[in-house]
Amino acid sequence: MRSTSPGDVPRTPGREPAVEVTGLVKRYGSKTAVDGLDLTVARGTVTAVLGPNGAGKTTTVETCEGYRRADAGTVRVLGLDPVADAAALRPRIGVMLQSGGVYAGARAEEMLRHTASLHAHPVDVDVLIERLGLDSCGRTTYRRLSGGQQQRLALAMAVVGRPELVFLDEPTAGLDPQARRATWDLVRELRTDGVSVVLTTHFMDEAEQLADDVAIIDGGRVIAQGSPETLCKGGAENTLRFTGRPGLDLASLLKALPAGCAAAELTPGAYRVNGTIDPQLLATVTSWCAQNGVLPDRIAVERHTLEDVFLELTGKELRA
Amino acid sequence: MSTTTGVFTPKPGAAPLSRMIRAQALLETKMLLRNGEQLLLTVVIPTLLLVLFSAVDIVDTGSGKAVDFLAPGILALAVMSTAFTGQAIATGFERRYGVLKRLGASPLPRWALMTAKTCSVLVTEVLQIVLLTVVAFALGWSPHGNPVWVVLLLILGTAAFSGLGLLMAGTLKAEATLAAANLVFLLLLVGGGVIVPLEKFPGALQSVLELLPISALSDGLRDVLQHGRGLPLADLGILAVWTVLGLGAAARFFRWE
Repeated sequence: MRSTSPGDVPRTPGREPAVEVTGLVKRYGSKTAVDGLDLTVARGTVTAVLGPNGAGKTTTVETCEGYRRADAGTVRVLGLDPVADAAALRPRIGVMLQSGGVYAGARAEEMLRHTASLHAHPVDVDVLIERLGLDSCGRTTYRRLSGGQQQRLALAMAVVGRPELVFLDEPTAGLDPQARRATWDLVRELRTDGVSVVLTTHFMDEAEQLADDVAIIDGGRVIAQGSPETLCKGGAENTLRFTGRPGLDLASLLKALPAGCAAAELTPGAYRVNGTIDPQLLATVTSWCAQNGVLPDRIAVERHTLEDVFLELTGKELRA
Repeated sequence: MSTTTGVFTPKPGAAPLSRMIRAQALLETKMLLRNGEQLLLTVVIPTLLLVLFSAVDIVDTGSGKAVDFLAPGILALAVMSTAFTGQAIATGFERRYGVLKRLGASPLPRWALMTAKTCSVLVTEVLQIVLLTVVAFALGWSPHGNPVWVVLLLILGTAAFSGLGLLMAGTLKAEATLAAANLVFLLLLVGGGVIVPLEKFPGALQSVLELLPISALSDGLRDVLQHGRGLPLADLGILAVWTVLGLGAAARFFRWE
């Protein structure tokens, strides 16, 4: 990887993408962890890097954080080279590692205050402690914190320096639902306040709930990128299911439906319609049922989820 | 761009270097003083050895009061326990638990982290030396010599042991460092002229043991404090060689993750 000469950086401060990765390759011995990966993160957005274990998520993020040198390709973070310009970059980014990062004997509040003291304009530590529900364990040493408390402390440490860009590596892994919601709320607040966020996750709902942009990674490459809505529109069609009397005449239903739709009786009395499910189509199905004297016991519209997209793209379940 | 300012509205920046180093040194010192096993090694063992071996005639320490022979050796042991054993174990586990990695992404530069660690080691040593000096005086110690040489020996000894400790912490697994650092501590305690005079060992072995950093430090301190001799050049030379080797190898081979 070549670093730009000092004259080139930064071009227009604040204007370049938060992250710009082109053709990134990273090998560990004979194993290729990242294999020609491209990723752009726009300023002020939340980008979720989604993928199964071993897909190259952490390697990618840690290369952006300056921990590893790219074997090929270029990496620019806030317009800087994360290795060559590390000293200039570090104060501007916040980092949450997948685990650890705190002295075993340090108390939660003590460690957070210490991290704050390394920055020029830190967030009010008391506010952060309250926001993340760490008030009950401020005097507890790190080794005695629960896994969820350790995660939230690491998150607090990542944002306390008021960075422009935050990297969160699996921020909600192992959290209970309440702690997870607190983390989500914090990520939303970061975006509202203009912080760019890159988070890795293997939770689909997390990506759907939080991300403006989702990059799906598999085998060290980005295989799809876009907003959750865009990603879900592509690929397979959506599904409507209903149950009724067995043996309905699906040919007459198909005639009533717009072209391109499909209908099937999966098990006796359980029907599935595939196509672009919109309010009009739902009305067509229910009026066809009325004409045939069928009262559907159950009728459900199934949106295409990121989970489906992922399965189609990779042929794999996400949580292997 | 929003005009209102939120809690997290970006305003990045590193704190002034002096503030970062002070904060880091303070935290490192607190971690050390809070750790029971570390205190056992750095405070309890040296103090007990000093009291026990001064009060009870276990080892023949030559002519004169036992405490006059023991106090310089125990001061050398105190330096080794903090700069080498304690620092190796603590740093090994910091590496293992990702503390060094996480600090690597903070605004604190690596050299500033190492400076803070050194400050923390020196602060701990000052506390040790004050305590041991008070105990030694209570036991009837009567030191001689030029304090400047003493300080010089202590500083060079600290540098030599720090290099070796960091080399171990940065290359071995944390558990291996824990075991090895304790073993080395024990071996050098016995074979480094701390409480057992090197003359007790066979000639050939003795000439090898004399080259150890702990032997050079305890011998140098004894030359000055017990015998009131001048600049202990040979011992300072040995410590300087260990310093260059240790710090050089640590700088070359230390792995942060």
